[in-house]
Formats: sequence, C-alpha cells, structure tokens
Amino acid sequence: MTAFCGIELAHPVINASGCFDALAAREVFGDSLIERFPFAAYVSKTVTLGPRAGNPPPRLWEAAGGLINSIGLPNPGIDAYLETHLPAYAALGVPIITNVMGSTVEQFGELVERVALRDEVAAIELNVSCPNVATGLDIGADPHELERLVTALRPLSAKPLIVKLTPNAADVAACAAAAESGGADSVSLINTLRAMALAPGATAPWLGGGTGGLSGPAIRSIALAQVASVAASVAIPVIGMGGVASGADAAALLDVGATLVAVGTETFRDPAAGRRIANELAQRFAENAA
Amino acid sequence: MVGRRALGAYVVLEVGDEAVAAAPGQFYMLAAVVGWGGGEGERPFLGRAISALFAGDGRVGFLLEDVGPGTGRLCSLAVGEELWLVGPLGRGFDAPPAEREALLVGGGVGIPPLAMFQEAWGGRALLGFRDARHAAGASLLKDAELATDDGSVGHAGYVTDLLERELRAAGEVCVYACGPPAMLETVRALTLAAGVPAWLALEAPMACGFGACFGCVVATHDGFKRVCLDGPVFEAAVLA
Repeated sequence: MTAFCGIELAHPVINASGCFDALAAREVFGDSLIERFPFAAYVSKTVTLGPRAGNPPPRLWEAAGGLINSIGLPNPGIDAYLETHLPAYAALGVPIITNVMGSTVEQFGELVERVALRDEVAAIELNVSCPNVATGLDIGADPHELERLVTALRPLSAKPLIVKLTPNAADVAACAAAAESGGADSVSLINTLRAMALAPGATAPWLGGGTGGLSGPAIRSIALAQVASVAASVAIPVIGMGGVASGADAAALLDVGATLVAVGTETFRDPAAGRRIANELAQRFAENAA
Repeated sequence: MVGRRALGAYVVLEVGDEAVAAAPGQFYMLAAVVGWGGGEGERPFLGRAISALFAGDGRVGFLLEDVGPGTGRLCSLAVGEELWLVGPLGRGFDAPPAEREALLVGGGVGIPPLAMFQEAWGGRALLGFRDARHAAGASLLKDAELATDDGSVGHAGYVTDLLERELRAAGEVCVYACGPPAMLETVRALTLAAGVPAWLALEAPMACGFGACFGCVVATHDGFKRVCLDGPVFEAAVLA
C-alpha cells in the first residue's frame, strides 16, 4: 500500500490528467476494465465551469520520441461532470482526483467549492499549468500569483489540494514552494512543455491551436530534473510524471523524491500501461528487498 | 505476423488474432514490437490506425502502403516478427437497407473497409487509384469498376466521376465510401446534392484509437466528434 495525503493507494502508479479516459475506455474495453483498473487512483480530465468544445483540428503531431497535442481541454463543464461523469468514475473502485481549471481566482473558488461537496472525490488537482490556455500559464508560472490563488482556495475544502505545476516557468522549484506556502497538500509535475510543429512543406503551424504541449519519452529527462529539484525544495508529497513508459522510468522518479508516479502519453500506446508499469515497479522493489 | 504478400504498390499483412473479429469498417492500431517507439529521438512513436481488410479464423489482415516512417516500418516486417495490436476499435458500417443498391466507392489504400463490406453484404464497387500499380489493389473486391488518375486502367479520371454517373441514373442507391479526404469530400457533396444516403469511413491521425486523447476529432453539425469512438464511419449528412 502507498499512503498519499491520507489516502491509501494499492500502488504508487496513477494516471496523468487529460490522457487516460476511464469513460471511453469502459465503453471500448467493457467491464473488464473495472475488474482490472490499471491505476491506483483515477485523475479526471480538466473540468471548467462551462462546457468547452476544445481546439480546432488538427490537434496532434507525432514528434521525435513523443507527441505534441493541442486538444484545448474539451469538457462538459462542472454541472455535467458532477451529474454524470463523477458517479461513473466512482464505480471504478479507486480514489477519484478531480482536476479543475478556472481563468480567475473566483472561477477556481466556485469549482473547488462545488467539488468539495462531493464524497466521491478524494482530492482536488488544480490545473494552473496547461500551456494550451493563456490563463493557466500566467498563474502557474508566477510564484506570487500561484501563492495568492492557493491561499484563497485553501479554506474552501478540507480535501487534499494538489497543484499541477507547469514546466514552462523560470523557476519551477520556486513555484512549488509558493504552492506549499499557500497551503497545498501536494504538487504534481511536469505538465507538457510548450511546443510547435510546422505543417509539412509549409511555413505555418500544423496544429489548430498554433502551439501545443510536448509529452512522451522526449520529455522524460526534463521531468526527472524538475521532479528532483521540486522534491528537494518542498516537504509536501510530489507526484512525478513526464515520459514514464516503464517500471524503470517510474522508479527513477521515486528515487529522486516523488511519492506517486503518473502515466500519461504511454496509455495512448498501451491502454494497460498503468498495470504493466505498477507490476514492473513491484518486481523491482521485490528484487531490491531480496 | 503470419502472412505477408506484395500486391502491386501495396503490402497485405496477416496477423494471428484469437480475439473478437473485426466488423466491416472497424480498425486496429498497429505498431511493430521492435523498432517502434520508446527509443528516444525516433519516429514512429504512436501506433497507426489501420482498417481491417479481413478478419476471422484467428486471423486479421491489413492493407498498407509505405508512405512514411510508421507505414514504412510496418511494410518492412517479416513473417514471425511481432506487432502490437489494439482493437478491433470504432463503429463500422451498418448493414445496408434492403431496398437500395449499395455502391462502394473507394480510393487507394482506403479500400479495405469496402472489401469487408462487400464480403458481408455485397455491393457494387467503384474504385479509384493513382496508376496501374496501385490498381492491383482492386483484386481485393469483386467485379470492381476502376478509374485511374493516369488513365492506365479503366476510366481516366477520378472515381467520383463514376459515382456522378451512377447518381444521374435513376436507381435507388446508397453509398459507402472510404478514401483520401478530397475524394470523401466530393462523395459527400455529390450524395448530399442528389439526396442519396451515404456513409463515409474517415481517417484521422490518432494518438490512442479508443477515445482517450480527443486528438482525432472531426467537425459535425453536433460539434466535434471523435473519429475513433463515434466513427470512423459517419453518415455524410452529419458532417459539417
């Protein structure tokens, strides 16, 4: 068992927000998904106050050793999330972490207050770092703004607050320390790195959103450096992620101070990646103990 | 991989698959086990969404053309090498209405869903290819009427010219199409103008193939829809 902010988890591997979609996966793979849910907790995609359609396509570009996406946080809005998505997630049988994003402190406040009322939610993750959305970049990249936000949200919920940090900041460790000062229970990192691709044979950006976020093995070494830096700077638990595709990758993040490891892009290639990585990790622990 | 043969400009792969067989219009995500992804700095990284060409008796087949790093790697596989398969995925074609003749309009490497359709429910095939080398793919369907861009086989011009002729004739038809985006757009416009029901099997780059990434969306009159989960087959009238 792994303890995280007072939550008991079966193992230290969870999903990264925005990648694995439990509802779509259940629709495609059936109830066997529930019986063998690949993650120790389920982190929702980002939820906003109102519904969002997302960015115009094309939304994907396969980069060297990774993927640039400009999905644009499509979601049904908080009303539909609480009414239909959350009860469906609760049936997964693992703790649920709801990820929310507002464009102002007031919007964040309303989202946190509404999510806090629901017993199905084990923790709340604040998306202050999505590089696809201008507001996220501003708050999460500025330690003062970030501390102000977390300080304002802290009294609104007794549930653990996780701040998802952006890697697109001058000093990520300073942002982590600011989140901790504001009262965050945990920080998670890294989100995608702002990136761009040009359309083949053209001078214009390929992605409908202009720029996007880079993920996958290409960012694994950057994630390791940032997680190590943040874990050395704060006392609260750290959720490490970025390019994790194997038990060895997960172990590296735990070795530099992460408490949990999240898997994102790899679940696109292998929907069962969470379970595979958790098993590989358990095997490493067993070998080390022997 | 249990079988591989060259077919003109194409390669037909056969993979052992004991799982549920694909229905016409469904697809799989394909990736080679070795020489694919993970290795830093190398494409391909993501699986490639490839329609099933046939499925049954523990085997599923795919039609491939070497057009880039992913399909190039898949075409280079030899019998005995391993693939990652996730599938069958997506919503394929429904059985055609009994009162209408099914016209199967295909272009290039997009013909596999129509081959499975014809095998299951029949239908008259109109197929378009770049040249004679690619037109060898027409042997995957029965009694196809052909068009080639260079005029080397069949009608000199587009397969949509053949469709236009059929739509001018008086018969009660419905259209099932798969091929390059420009061809599908013409099929959509022609069938809509003629008031003929049509279903299009779309293609889009996908990161996952099972509805998680929201990267493959297409604009419809009801907002963005995921090609992988809501499609790949869409009724032409719903596309915006």
